Amino acid sequence: MNIQSKINPQFAPTQQIDVYTDTRDVLAHAKRNAIKRGLDDWFIVDIDAHHVESVSWKEVVTYIEDPVIRDNAMRYQMERIGAPPYGLNGDLGLRYQSVGGRIPHQDDQREAVTETDVHRDVVLTRRAMDSLGVDNMVVFPTPMLFLGMHPQPEMEVWLGRAYNRWMSERILAGDDRIKTLIYLPFNTPQEAERAVEEFGDNKGVIGFCVTSTRYKPVHHNDYMRLYSMIEERGKPLAFHAGYHWQDPSLATVNRFLGMHALGFAWCNMVHMTNWILNGIPERFPKLKSMWVESGLAWIPFLMQRLDDQYLMRPSEAPQLKRMPSEYMNTNCFYTTQPMETTHPKALQNTFEMIKAETQLMFSSDWPHFDFDLPQEICDLPFLDEQAKRNILGLNAARLFNLDPTPVKKLVQK
Amino acid sequence: MTEYNAGRVSDYADGDRKVVVCGESEVGVFKIDGEFYAWHNRCAHRAGPICQGRIMKRVLEPVAEDHTVRAQAYDEAEFNIVCPWHGYEYSIKTGAHQGNPRIRLRKAEISIRDGEIYVRV
Repeated sequence: MNIQSKINPQFAPTQQIDVYTDTRDVLAHAKRNAIKRGLDDWFIVDIDAHHVESVSWKEVVTYIEDPVIRDNAMRYQMERIGAPPYGLNGDLGLRYQSVGGRIPHQDDQREAVTETDVHRDVVLTRRAMDSLGVDNMVVFPTPMLFLGMHPQPEMEVWLGRAYNRWMSERILAGDDRIKTLIYLPFNTPQEAERAVEEFGDNKGVIGFCVTSTRYKPVHHNDYMRLYSMIEERGKPLAFHAGYHWQDPSLATVNRFLGMHALGFAWCNMVHMTNWILNGIPERFPKLKSMWVESGLAWIPFLMQRLDDQYLMRPSEAPQLKRMPSEYMNTNCFYTTQPMETTHPKALQNTFEMIKAETQLMFSSDWPHFDFDLPQEICDLPFLDEQAKRNILGLNAARLFNLDPTPVKKLVQK
Repeated sequence: MTEYNAGRVSDYADGDRKVVVCGESEVGVFKIDGEFYAWHNRCAHRAGPICQGRIMKRVLEPVAEDHTVRAQAYDEAEFNIVCPWHGYEYSIKTGAHQGNPRIRLRKAEISIRDGEIYVRV
């Protein structure tokens, strides 16, 4: 009998992971696997991670520009205990994301944070970056992803601007490794233009974001000035996907699994179709669009559908000079998560069709229930090392003009 | 293969789980219906900490004779361990994923001597 069996049992310090477990303990296996794969000297950018801005809503509302709405919101946050955050219209599906508490990091992150020099979200983001092995993390909001469906377009303007200001002053100022894409109140084009002008050159701002769950045609003439402004700045425009149970086309879906699977792809399929067929890439050849959190499987599907139909009806898309799929794999960029890995041949085909080596960027979506890890790109058998390095960070460095020098400290405790 | 002490039999009540550090890896030891089971703490999906997840009864959806459904139910005889990373659910008794039995946890050998539990990895 060897010596290990004679000593007392060594039980793991964390026996069950719950909402109080430190991010570094939740992701301990991720860190171990990143170290094993030698990712320390790889430049890795996570294009899409999240924080839960509603936890800080009491702070965020103090940044509302309109003094009356600001006072109303602050009083509400002060006096209404247990009520939902002022002005937010988060979808009811948010309550189902953790599968009834089975995936606790999706429910809440109530872990202890003793650091007081920076905002709590900065600390949580650092912990995630250092566990996943990420150098730069682009942080998106969570319930605000539904603001495009708000019945009051003014609310999107008020809250979007407040969030942008709060993000700049409280989060981005706390750590250079954290980046953001400015929230654009897309339902009000002039205000979206104002957001580009006001925040577009701030520290840590590397692009602009339209939350995709909304009923606004991306090809409307009202947006042409906005696209010109963004193209001129050279920073990408992201369409961040979501779902919404108020979408009539998804009204019959009764399981969140179905809503999540379809909703996150459907909104961007609609926008991409309009984007391409109305010739936006022809009108703005230097505008880099990025399609976030829809996974990847929808892209080859849409390429095939649009190419086939376009050849039969070119008079309905007269601005196009190339096949729709060619715009989709040259003018458009994609993020990986949630990468569909259960059918490896299909995944390989997808990578080839979208020209992943130059157009694809890693994203984790941490802390959401279907988050991905950098190791998933490392382990793909059909990619060479350069392609893996491109997808994990170098494509993002080029697109966002980031310094591709690794700065993370990937060291086992 | 190295053997590690996983505690005394009397340390485990029915339904208990203990995650044991075994050198560079970990093993989860479970006691279900009086029997012990041991699985490596690596989910078959993304190597997540499967054994540190919640223990939940398997969910069923009974279908009536007329093919209608009315409510879901728990399988009182089947306990699943749920990966806290992404929700993959495995039977603690068989190590097989609920939705696809080809996806399985890696078994750790277990033995009991003189009231002590040992796992081999």
